Amino acid sequence: MTKAQESPINDGTPTLADQVIASDTDAGEAQVSGSALRMILRTFLENKLAIIGLTLVVAMAIFCFIGPLLYHTNQVNTSYNINLPPGPGHPLGTDENGRDVLGRLMVGGQSSLEIGLAVAIIATVFGVLWGAISGFFGGVVDTIMMRIVDTFLSIPSLFLLIFLAAVFKPNLPLLIIILSFISWLSPSRLVRGESLSLRTREYVKAVRIMGGGARRIILRHIIPNTVGTIVVNATFQIADAIAILATLSYLGLGLPPPAASWGEMLSNGVNYIYDGYWWLIFPAGLAIVVTVIAFNFIGDALRDSLEVRLQKR
Amino acid sequence: MTGFFIRRLGQSIIVIIGVTIIAFFLLHLIPGGPARALLGPRATAVQIKQFNIANGYNKPFWVQYFDYIVQLLHGNLGRSFKLNQSVTSILSNEMPKTILLVGTSTLLSIVIAIPIGVIQAVKRNKVVDYVGTGASFFLYAMPTFWAGQLLILLLAEKVHLFPAEAPQGSTITQVLSQPNALVLPILTLTLITYAAYSRYMRSSAIEALAQDWIRTAKAKGLSSRVILFKHMLRNALIPIATLVGLSIPGIFTNGLVAEQVFNYPGTGLDFYNAAVQQDYPLLLGTILVIALFTILGNLFADLAYAVLDPRVRYR
Repeated sequence: MTKAQESPINDGTPTLADQVIASDTDAGEAQVSGSALRMILRTFLENKLAIIGLTLVVAMAIFCFIGPLLYHTNQVNTSYNINLPPGPGHPLGTDENGRDVLGRLMVGGQSSLEIGLAVAIIATVFGVLWGAISGFFGGVVDTIMMRIVDTFLSIPSLFLLIFLAAVFKPNLPLLIIILSFISWLSPSRLVRGESLSLRTREYVKAVRIMGGGARRIILRHIIPNTVGTIVVNATFQIADAIAILATLSYLGLGLPPPAASWGEMLSNGVNYIYDGYWWLIFPAGLAIVVTVIAFNFIGDALRDSLEVRLQKR
Repeated sequence: MTGFFIRRLGQSIIVIIGVTIIAFFLLHLIPGGPARALLGPRATAVQIKQFNIANGYNKPFWVQYFDYIVQLLHGNLGRSFKLNQSVTSILSNEMPKTILLVGTSTLLSIVIAIPIGVIQAVKRNKVVDYVGTGASFFLYAMPTFWAGQLLILLLAEKVHLFPAEAPQGSTITQVLSQPNALVLPILTLTLITYAAYSRYMRSSAIEALAQDWIRTAKAKGLSSRVILFKHMLRNALIPIATLVGLSIPGIFTNGLVAEQVFNYPGTGLDFYNAAVQQDYPLLLGTILVIALFTILGNLFADLAYAVLDPRVRYR
């Protein structure tokens, strides 16, 4: 046991947030009660931005995943109808390979949403475990684990990503792993901070006295109590992953063809920027902006509603 | 304070060592290792073996790492086999141009973000504030490359105001001699960085406005201009040092994208080309130097914060 672990002194006066989190826990096991959950949901739904964000995300998911079932296009083979302006048969025109832009927008969105979600989940799980362990053990373990995080944070993410993408020539699972590799840092720092203060709580000490091991404390007590921070951060992670995936695809280092993605569409469209083919530039860019804004709205609203919940108590 | 300085410096040195370990590790992560990276995919097994022996890549890892550090300390970052130049000379030629691009746009975005943030804080929850917040949300969600494309479409293609391509030239004077061509890349980066800063500026100004000394100043009967610019702004500005320090990796990332979009001859464009051509020594050298800049920038920001804010006391 390290010295810091034995110290019964709390880091400072408990904040309102700490008190509420502590009072939420029955007999030490973290469980958000039904009424608390309802209250979060209510304040979340009262938030206009939350409604807008949620509606946009649902609409985008329907557009990308259900849209292709109703609007059939060939996104694999090329045709001679290249660079047609929007008109009958092609509401958003066609690209330089004669593929329908509206249909490509749907298919490209699928990979963006899937990868964004997958990266957020993997990065969050890994980052949360890393941060919780680092904060719980403290001392030398914490110093080493956090210096590793600092080191990765000091390398601008896109540079590391481009290097990895150049070395490995990503396919879908590999791309998800590479993107997760740079995304786990921020959840690990956030959770580490909370873990540092949670480990000195009475209920954690009680578990320890009852003989509960580090694994039980971290998995059953520390991580569940940081769930608010984790969920808010994960929402932003989705937005960030979608944005950085678009950049990587734009640079030609995303999924290999014929896979479609918004970034790849823009990367091809830029060749025709002087021909005034606006339908190759605007739709895909707007799709990225709308999706990223929507997830940011949800994240902001979630954070606000968690804070409001704390204030109302 | 001195103790804090020393501890913070020690921390930075540890992180720098960490980055060298990562760079060393990345070099060996390349399939086939450094030999394959330098000799290219057509090298025969015999050539690879000869190369490994000649360059000491058959020694134990820790010996190789030690050799690597010795080389780094001599300023030797390896040799770009595509450009047939030492990585150090490429970087020392390109880095000033990148610094010019990202430095100017960062400075501009701070200069814009401060007054707008103050106006938004004063007119909180009024139309001006909503418009400002909406605009920065939109810009924040905009991928850098798309913002650049839209500006090209708008200001270079529709209205022929500025050239779409950044100034070309190998020296910084050549780049500076075409100020017209610098406008679009700098404008793109300024807008993107502004979006990242504006939200913080607004909340920092709101927080400063709520402080007791502002109420005291009002009670003394000071004019609102004096209150805003003398009392409130100075306090709202302190977090800017930290904010800029933390955003350095993002600034370099956006810089790379802007250099690629506008074909600006800087470190980012070289890095991108090196990735496409699998020029590993240049990639790793750039990662190392950019990380060094980030670490030093963070260190400087933290120290500046400690000096600027007399309320902060460090053990």
